[in-house]
Amino acid sequence: MARYVLARLLVALPTLLLVALAVFLLLRLIPGDPAQLILGDAAAEEALADLRRAMGLDQPLPVQFLLWLGRAASGDLGQSITNGQAVAPLILERFGVTASIVVAAVALAVLIAVPAGMLAAWRQNSLGDVAAVAAATLLLSIPSFWLGLIMLLIFGLWLGWVPVVGYVSFAEDAWAGLRFLILPVLTLALIETGVMIRMARAATVEVLRLDYIAHARAKGVPERLVLSRHAFPNAFAPTLTLVGLVTGGLLGGAAVTETVFTLPGLGRLLVDAIFARDYPVVQGVMLFVALIYVMVNLAVDLLYPLFDPRVTAG
Amino acid sequence: MRLRANLLIGGTLTAGVLAMAAAALAWTPHDPLRTNLRRRVQPPSADFWLGTDEFGRDVLSRLMAGAVTSVGVALATVAVALLLGVAIGLAGGFLRGWTDRVLGAVNDTLLAFPGILLALGLLAVLGPSVWGIVLALGLAYTPSVARVVRGTVLSIREREWVEASRALGNGEGYTLWRHVLPHTAAPVIVLATSLFGWAILAESALSFLGLGVPPPAATWGSMLAGARPFMEQAPLLSIAPGVMIALCLLGANLLGDALRDLLDPRDGP
Repeated sequence: MARYVLARLLVALPTLLLVALAVFLLLRLIPGDPAQLILGDAAAEEALADLRRAMGLDQPLPVQFLLWLGRAASGDLGQSITNGQAVAPLILERFGVTASIVVAAVALAVLIAVPAGMLAAWRQNSLGDVAAVAAATLLLSIPSFWLGLIMLLIFGLWLGWVPVVGYVSFAEDAWAGLRFLILPVLTLALIETGVMIRMARAATVEVLRLDYIAHARAKGVPERLVLSRHAFPNAFAPTLTLVGLVTGGLLGGAAVTETVFTLPGLGRLLVDAIFARDYPVVQGVMLFVALIYVMVNLAVDLLYPLFDPRVTAG
Repeated sequence: MRLRANLLIGGTLTAGVLAMAAAALAWTPHDPLRTNLRRRVQPPSADFWLGTDEFGRDVLSRLMAGAVTSVGVALATVAVALLLGVAIGLAGGFLRGWTDRVLGAVNDTLLAFPGILLALGLLAVLGPSVWGIVLALGLAYTPSVARVVRGTVLSIREREWVEASRALGNGEGYTLWRHVLPHTAAPVIVLATSLFGWAILAESALSFLGLGVPPPAATWGSMLAGARPFMEQAPLLSIAPGVMIALCLLGANLLGDALRDLLDPRDGP
């Protein structure tokens, strides 16, 4: 087990370095001089030269990368071009908003999808199974931002149950904050339920075919226990990988949902920074999101043996 | 039974969207770009079947023109991803060694960015334009194509008929082209169908954010963004483009499921 954990950590390290290099190079592809971008077209030549030296732009590219990487590793992602704010604290603040809706939505989706998918597989080809697969495929095909708009239309405008625009943080006022979070969480949860039901169902169908399940049934183990104790752990393992990918993806890519519900999250920060050509923020968010994505998937890999101990043997 | 239903519904929906796009190239009830501020946000009428939008443009015409944009961008995106992905996957899987290791490292790095984030980062560099989106999404989907192709090539490169081709004295290039490449077709077709749906969704999302196809071109995503302030007054403006995106995705998903059942040997009988 310890060797498995160590091996996974060692594999993640070069990936992280390459990700950092990719983010660094991507933003270097932008035509033009970063110093000129920051100071504007009317800047004096000496001021530009000073800033280039301060930013290390007069150094060769590999040196620039190492300097940037060193600063990023110590938590310094530079300052926003638009308002001079430090990028790192800004990202953490916005990440809190995104993380709260994503974690709640994924938890809700798992709680709905895993039992639904397993039951559908248990009664494969029954009416309930066909209905579950149809519902899942339908949910999979609805764009999240449109579902969000329709939910706002129904629950916000027509029924008036929840506020339509604005945001109050949960920390400031728990009840008001919660009312702003209900619809975004429901929207994301419903969309992700579609993918997860299909995955949980497919995995369970595979497992229920195996001999040890037939053996358990032949021994007289009640169906409830066959499903919960024998089938569930093995069927849940592949679903867990998907949960990791979905969580990691949403933490970085919930920009559209945040836009629909006017939430000040990380995705919105990135989109606004792209509009404003605020490259230090774009660079910082991309690095941070990729880091989170790699970490979440690493965490899933480390949790995996709890459900399927075979992976540590290899 | 399920296969036939998937194939029928998925095929019909996809063909319907393609037909709508083709029809819009030739004819739309009104000019989708023609604004008229005196008839802003009107309900459906005999002249404007789905009403007019916030600039007085005909919604039905814009929905049809939006199909051209979405389908065009999605097809071009899939083409870019397939071209690059198949080339990279073939090279990595067939040559192995250092080529494979370097390509694999690049692939893994790109896969470490969640889907749309990579496209957003590339768009930050390329700027919003139709070709910027096609390139950004195409590059973002390339690693998944490369991975599937590489895996398939690795699993068949030592099979008898490949060995036989070498034994007959055929060159490596000819063997690759004639005896390896055709076997990647089935998994690639299945993936391409899914990619088509994802590309439609991603383009709509980017256009909704204002980072997609620049205005005044009609896209379903930007129609949704424009409809937002009039949600209560004219719900149809928000409902219609979303229904189009959802039908398109449903078609691609069902067709993808059917093709997987038909072509993918893993689940075959």
